[in-house]
Amino acid sequence: MNDATMNNALMSNVKTTTKADVMTESKISAKNVQVFYGEKHAIKDVNIEIRPRSVTAFIGPSGCGKSTFLRCINRMNDTIDICRVEGDIAIDGENVYDPKVDPVQLRAKVGMVFQKPNPFPKTIYENVAYGPRIHGLARKKSEMDEIVATSLQKAGLWNEVKDRLDAPGTGLSGGQQQRLCIARAVAVSPEVILMDEPCSALDPIATAKVEELIHELRENYTIVIVTHSMQQAARVSQRTAMFHLGELVEEDDTDKMFTNPNDQRTQDYIMGRFG
Amino acid sequence: MTDATATLSNNNVRQVGGSLLVLDERTKKRNAAEARFRRMGQIAVMIGVLALIGLLASILSNGLSSFQQTYIAVDIHLDAAKLDKSGNRNPDEIAKVTTFGYMPLIQEAIKKKMAAEGISIDGLNAKAAAELISKEAPATLRNYVLSHIDAIGTTVPFKLLASGRIDGYYKGRVTMASAELDKNVSPEQLKLADELKQAGILTTAFNWDFFTAPDASDTRPEAAGLGVAILGSAYMMLIVLVLSLPIGVAASIYLEEFAPQNRLTDLIEVNIANLAAVPSIVFGILGLAVFINYAGLPQSAPIVGGLVLTLMTLPTIIIATRAALKAVPPSIRDAALGVGASKMQSIFHHVLPLAMPGILTGTIIGLAQALGETAPLLLIGMVAFVREYPAAPPEGFFDPASALPVQVYNWTQRGDPAFVERASGAIIVLLVFLVMMNLIAIILRRRFERRW
Repeated sequence: MNDATMNNALMSNVKTTTKADVMTESKISAKNVQVFYGEKHAIKDVNIEIRPRSVTAFIGPSGCGKSTFLRCINRMNDTIDICRVEGDIAIDGENVYDPKVDPVQLRAKVGMVFQKPNPFPKTIYENVAYGPRIHGLARKKSEMDEIVATSLQKAGLWNEVKDRLDAPGTGLSGGQQQRLCIARAVAVSPEVILMDEPCSALDPIATAKVEELIHELRENYTIVIVTHSMQQAARVSQRTAMFHLGELVEEDDTDKMFTNPNDQRTQDYIMGRFG
Repeated sequence: MTDATATLSNNNVRQVGGSLLVLDERTKKRNAAEARFRRMGQIAVMIGVLALIGLLASILSNGLSSFQQTYIAVDIHLDAAKLDKSGNRNPDEIAKVTTFGYMPLIQEAIKKKMAAEGISIDGLNAKAAAELISKEAPATLRNYVLSHIDAIGTTVPFKLLASGRIDGYYKGRVTMASAELDKNVSPEQLKLADELKQAGILTTAFNWDFFTAPDASDTRPEAAGLGVAILGSAYMMLIVLVLSLPIGVAASIYLEEFAPQNRLTDLIEVNIANLAAVPSIVFGILGLAVFINYAGLPQSAPIVGGLVLTLMTLPTIIIATRAALKAVPPSIRDAALGVGASKMQSIFHHVLPLAMPGILTGTIIGLAQALGETAPLLLIGMVAFVREYPAAPPEGFFDPASALPVQVYNWTQRGDPAFVERASGAIIVLLVFLVMMNLIAIILRRRFERRW
C-alpha cells in the first residue's frame, strides 16, 4: 500500500491525472478470465494486474493466447461469433464485460494498434480526425485541427507529414503508417493503448522509432504490448507477462523476468529453447 | 535412337548426376504436356473470338442499313378544297378527314414533280407512281396539317419516307428480277425511283426516326422505329435500379455483416444462389400471377416489367455485393472498431466505400442482364403492338410500352423481309446500350477503386 501511494505521488508530479489513476494501483485487473473459441479453450484462468502509466509486455510462443487476451481487454473479440469470454476484466474497477457496458464506449477509452499498419484509405488528416469526429470531441474545425496536430505530434509524425495532411495515409511508409495508427488511437484520448505486435511488419529503424514513441507515451497512457521479440519486451516494458498454452505462466518486473525468472518455461523461452 | 528412348522410358526416375544439357524423359513429358495445354487454350480462345466476330459481322451486315433510310422530297399542295371543305378552319372538322383524304394530295404532288423534271415511265400510272411513297406518308401529312392549321392552302416541301420495297432496292434487298415476281412493287416503279434519284428527289439520309418513331404495322417496315421500345426499356431500367440497388445492398449488408450464422441464414444464402440460376421465364410466370392477376397491375406496363426484372436482378446484385463486402480486408473493420466506431459506422464509413466499385459493377451487370431479358416480358404482355408513347413517369410506368429485346423478337416474327434489317438494327442499338453500361461499370470501378 505504501508502495502504491508513493507511486501515485510520483506520477501526479509528472502530470495532472484522472481520478482513477490515483485511486487504484492497477489500471486493468483481470480475474479468472477464460476464453473459448467454440470448443477450444484458448485462455485458461488468467489473473493479472496491469499498472497504470507503464508498459506491460505480453510474451510467449505463437498461439499461446497473448493476442486473444489483449483483444479481450477492449472486447474486440466480440466481433468473432464463436468467441466466448468468462471472468472479469476491470478497468478502473469497472468490469468491461458488464452487460451495461457498450463496447463502443469502451474502445474509445481503450485504444488499439494492430499488427499490420491499417490506416483508412483516406487522407492523413481524415485518419486522425475520424475517431474524434464520431465521438464528438471537436465542435469546430479549429478544434479538430488542434486535435489532429497534437495527436500527430504525440505520435512523432507531425514533422514528417505536416505539409501533406491531405495526402493519402496509405501512401506513407510502413513505419509512418504505424505511427499514424498510433496517432489515430491517441486522438480519441484513450487511457489505455493496446498494441498487438506493432513492429512485426516494420524494419529495424521504424521499429526503433515506434519503441521510442512507446517510451514517451508511457507518461500519459497505460500501454499493453504483445511482442514476439524478447529484446523489444526488454527494451520497452516495465512489466512482462509470459503466456504459454493459454495460461499465464508468470508476470513480474521486466528486469527480473529477463534475468531471474521463477518459472522454468519462461527461462527456456527467453533462452530460445522453444517457441 | 530407338535404343536410347527404350532405355530411358524404362527408367522413369530422374537420372541422378545426368548432364544439364540433356533433357531427361520426365522433363520432356512435362514440357510436352504444358505445350499441349497452351495449344488447347489458344484454340479455345480462337474459337471464342471467331464466333464473336462471326456474330458481330452478321448482325452488322444485316442491321447497319437500318440506320439509313430512303426519302422522297416532294412539294405538297395542301388543297383547302379537299382538307377543309367548309373553309372555316375548324380543327374538329379538319380532323374528320382521314388519311385516305390525303392520298390524292401525294399523287398530285408526285405527278407534278415528274412533269417538272420531265420524267415519264411507260406503263406507270399516277397511282402506281405514288406508291413509291410509304403508306405511312398520309398519316405524316395529316399530323402535320392538324398541328399547322394555317398551312392549309399553301404548298409545303416534305421529305416523305419511300416505301419499304424502294428502300430495299437501294439496300440490295430488292432487284429488278425480284420485282417482276413481287405484287408490292413493279420494275417500272424501280425505274422511276432511279430517275428520281438522278434528279436528286429521292435521297438517302440518316434514319433518326429509327430511334424515335414507334413501331409500325407489318406492311410499313420503313416506318417502324424503336421509340416506344427504348422508352419502355428505359422506364424498366429506372424501376429496376431504384428498387434493386437499395434492397439488394441492404440485404447484402445485413446478411454479410449483421446476420447471425445459423441454419436460417444458411438456407437464405443457398436460396439466393439458387434464385440467380432460376430460368427467367419462371419469373415471368410469377410476375403474371402476382403482379397482374393478383395485384391487378396493367398488362404490358413497364411497372410490371420493372418489378419482374427487379426480382430477377436482386440475386445478382446481392451476390456481387456480398463478394465485394467480403473482399474488404478485415483490418479496416478492426481499425474502425478500434477507435470506437460502432458496427454501423464502421460499415457505412469504411467498408461500404471500399466495396462500392464491386457493388456498382455488380449492379450494372445485373441491369445489363435485365435490359437484355426477353422471356419474362413476353409473359406479362410487353410483346403487344404499341404505337402510343407512354407518358412521362410516374404515370408512364403504367402505360403500355414495349422493350428493346421484345421488339427484336417481335420484328423477327414479321413477314416482310425488311423487318430482318430492322431487327438487326434493334440488336445493334441494344448492344450499344449494353456496351455503354459496361463501359460505365469500368469507369466507375476505376474511379472508386482505392488501394489499401
